[in-house]
Amino acid sequence: MEKFSKVSSTAIPLDRANVDTDQIVPKQFLKLVQRTGFGKFLFYDWRFDQDGKQKPDFVLNDPTYSDSHILLAGENFGSGSSREHAAWALKDYGLDVIIAPSFADIFYNNCFKNGILPISLPGNLVDDLMQTKSAIEVDLESQTIRYDSRTIPFAIDEGRKKTLLEGLDDIAVTLQYEDRITSYEKSHAL
Amino acid sequence: MPQTLFEKVWNSHKVTEIDGRTLIYIDRHLVHEVTSPQAFDGLRINKRRVRRPDLTFATMDHNVPTNNRSLPIIDQISAIQIKTLETNCKEFGIELFDLHSPYQGIVHVIGPELGITLPGTTIVCGDSHTSTHGAFGAFALGIGTSDVEHVLATQCLVMDKPKTFEIRVDGKRKHRHAITAKDIILSIIKKIGTAGGTGTVIEYRGEAISDLSMDERMTVCNMSIEAGARAGLIAPDNKTFDYLKGRKYAPKNYDDLVNSWKADLVTDNGAKFDKTFAISASDIVPQVSWGTNPAMTSDVTDAVPYPDEYAKGNKSQEDAAKKALEYMDLKPGTQITDIKIDRVFIGSCTNARLQDLVEAADVIHGRKASPNVRVMVVPGSQQVKKQAEEMGLDKIFQDANFEWRESGCSMCLGMNPDILSRGERCASTSNRNFEGRQGSGGRTHLVSPVMAAAAAIAGHFVDVREWF
Repeated sequence: MEKFSKVSSTAIPLDRANVDTDQIVPKQFLKLVQRTGFGKFLFYDWRFDQDGKQKPDFVLNDPTYSDSHILLAGENFGSGSSREHAAWALKDYGLDVIIAPSFADIFYNNCFKNGILPISLPGNLVDDLMQTKSAIEVDLESQTIRYDSRTIPFAIDEGRKKTLLEGLDDIAVTLQYEDRITSYEKSHAL
Repeated sequence: MPQTLFEKVWNSHKVTEIDGRTLIYIDRHLVHEVTSPQAFDGLRINKRRVRRPDLTFATMDHNVPTNNRSLPIIDQISAIQIKTLETNCKEFGIELFDLHSPYQGIVHVIGPELGITLPGTTIVCGDSHTSTHGAFGAFALGIGTSDVEHVLATQCLVMDKPKTFEIRVDGKRKHRHAITAKDIILSIIKKIGTAGGTGTVIEYRGEAISDLSMDERMTVCNMSIEAGARAGLIAPDNKTFDYLKGRKYAPKNYDDLVNSWKADLVTDNGAKFDKTFAISASDIVPQVSWGTNPAMTSDVTDAVPYPDEYAKGNKSQEDAAKKALEYMDLKPGTQITDIKIDRVFIGSCTNARLQDLVEAADVIHGRKASPNVRVMVVPGSQQVKKQAEEMGLDKIFQDANFEWRESGCSMCLGMNPDILSRGERCASTSNRNFEGRQGSGGRTHLVSPVMAAAAAIAGHFVDVREWF
């Protein structure tokens, strides 16, 4: 996985709560057997009408945000399925950071596996961020978000931070402990 | 120190710590066609093997057709995904229950049915409804594809310890047939919300939970994820041990294991949960969802709520309710029993086990589906289908003009040809009423199997208590 570095761009304000995985990638697009190519299906039913034309009132279709790498959303983002296709679609679309008051657990975990940084902030701060049209800078190393001459800190688990910053392969890390796995298996056969 | 059931299972599966996180050993890994192809590809690219193919079991369920199995699969992309799973299982030496196996079915129906699911174990699958297996006192959770690859390669998962959440359902249900496990879990989600369980493992406790059969307990645990929980579980008891005894993959030393499970797999007296919530079973009535997430649910005796009344001052919830009513094409104040339906789906890992089908059939009493309603009954597995047919349920359903189909996930998520058309309204025994879940533009109302069967006959929702 690529190392995560600073991200600086405008941020897309998707002011909805409980955005679920069926909205992030509708299930008719889950049948690919690769990890890539899901970006064009991101929020498909919100972005496109029945004829496949862009819906102008949906925020992703606003040209202001055509180069955004940051998504702002309401509480409980990513609820529903375990499908990692949701994270693949966000990443493939070009999004590296998602900021919301809260996330669903499996989705949150899937983000880190794909080089996406999910940041939980109090609702009022997310609301403030949604008001700004200027660029937002997200720095994982210092755990800060800078915008409109403000700096706000965010919290993240140290182990997960390291995974993103170093772009670690989780499996390779775990396999360094293979002797412990083997000894566990010897004492716990079922 | 006294411990909860979950803490005991967690502690007994710790392998080591890595950077402050815990490496947890996984006893059983279930695999299906949609979330696994990229994981197997990852193994191939990195020249890795499956560490424990003997603890890994696969089936195809999400996008299999539920009509005639002898016909080729028309959807070429589905066919590729199914073929890919066959190839991967062969290459990596994993047992597969394929479309022609007598054991094929929804992964969460066949795990328990085959005795793959066992008390006190850790179970994962690339599917959020893996929480179903918690009904047996297992720590069972859904994972993404990267973690599927991680478990295939290492038989372990790196995790942070979830918090514990006690949900008590005290007392007895007022009506054993009309008020079901589905109504219990929908009532809980309605109260605690779709993020109420985030970061926790729920333990369901109390008299009304102990009273449930294993099929019913699976319905409750299945929807733990709809409350946002990492997993849900129920302490095993004699019903659990009797259910699993003699199943195909139950261990040889089963009776010895039962003795140790009886001693170990309980929450100790005085153990503390991080959170607690309780409801009284006698307050629960049949439930019907009206919105686009499972917490947007009402008693069948109620009306569709006004968004402000539903949101109780929470602006984002009010907006969500407005959007939901618009999508569902419902007006606030409409009695739930006045909502007419076009389709009925009885199936899914929530409600497609034998007891669900028996109870749905019991509602029919020689009547027929409303002429305006198309009804599909999709058994959870080939074993369920066979048992139901031995009991003559297929005949009862077909005489009522309910379609009797082959096993699979079917219209729960509509990845196969079983979908709603735009604007169609469906009474569904599945678990999610998200926008477009059962087909783009389709409208889903979550209900129990008895409520679904009654709605099929009446053509609109009814209070099924009046039918018994």
